[in-house]
Amino acid sequence: MLMISAQLVTSFIASAGFGIIFNVPKRSIIQSGLVGMLGWICYYSLTTYGLDVVPATIFGAVLVSILSYTCAKIYKTPIIIFTVSGIIPLVPGGVAYRAMRQFVENNYDLAIQLSAQVMLLAGGIAIGLMFSEVVNQIVKKVFIRKD
Amino acid sequence: MVERVCMLAGKIMLVSGAETYRVEDTMNRIANSFGAPNAQSYATPTAINFAIDADSEAKMLRIRKRSTADLSKIAEVNSISRKIAAGEIDLGRAFLLLQEVEKGKLYPAWLQILASAIVSGCFAIMFGGRWEDFLPAVIAGGIGFAGMISFERFVDIRFLAEFLGAFLIGISSLLFIHYGFGTSLDLVIIGAVMPLVPGLLITNAIRDLMAGHLVAGVSKGVEASLTAVAIGAGIAAIFTFM
Repeated sequence: MLMISAQLVTSFIASAGFGIIFNVPKRSIIQSGLVGMLGWICYYSLTTYGLDVVPATIFGAVLVSILSYTCAKIYKTPIIIFTVSGIIPLVPGGVAYRAMRQFVENNYDLAIQLSAQVMLLAGGIAIGLMFSEVVNQIVKKVFIRKD
Repeated sequence: MVERVCMLAGKIMLVSGAETYRVEDTMNRIANSFGAPNAQSYATPTAINFAIDADSEAKMLRIRKRSTADLSKIAEVNSISRKIAAGEIDLGRAFLLLQEVEKGKLYPAWLQILASAIVSGCFAIMFGGRWEDFLPAVIAGGIGFAGMISFERFVDIRFLAEFLGAFLIGISSLLFIHYGFGTSLDLVIIGAVMPLVPGLLITNAIRDLMAGHLVAGVSKGVEASLTAVAIGAGIAAIFTFM
């Protein structure tokens, strides 16, 4: 329980801090922090319950994109403000670092394996981001037909 | 005049790091609201082309320097374009408002450095570090980010600045761990490097590719990978000394 609350607090601060680095408008910083926090907690709890990192990243990214889409509609701001800081915690910085370190230490076998994982994780983020766009377009088309 | 307003809006958005398809979309919407339904726009990360009608002359604007990410300018241009579409402001007023947006300032440098320092510490914890690693990551991340933005003022090569930032992070983390300040070298470095990660470019590349904007998507993807390579090289340089 203590672990989860530490993760909640740090991921919120990290995403909101990224909002400052990317110069997000003041009134959107809290929301972008929340989007990042929920995306990260989704990823974190799925991996602690034994799911592989790649599907966990996809689920996290899907959640981030749905939340960002909702925020963008509510606050009438470009969606990118929320996705950027939300997606950052899911970026495979740690794996990329380990891959690079193995390359430098001449362990090419391990380095290639880790690099392949980085590619998969990046692809997972892309799929997740795509998901909300797909839902958005389907919803739009269905509504237009009803009209 | 409609052309000038559209070009200015497009320029501000592109320089601040908006998705390319959004830049084109905004320019077309503004033109449409001022009675030019056939406006043609084509934006890439380095240039904007705009024609008020399919058979009229095209205006071109070269984007030489893209500033650091500035999402609030994108939001402001977006809200101005919404107001134009709603008919709330006229052409001259829109131009004045856009010029004001263009002058807008970033958060002060000290606040950005502070934010990236705290972000670094938080990431060290999120990736499984212990609380002993929090402070070293904070300091290393702050040093790295400060080094990057101050180097960027002197030299215009972004990748070199990122390389230097990563290098500073590597050195300071190595020293901290060597003198027993913090427990895990890997986690301190990973946390401290996170503020340099090109998150905006990655998201933009994906969103542009999805929107069918292949040229911009691919070039932003390449820029993101080059940035990642620069950061990786900066850290790798440390390990060769170990």
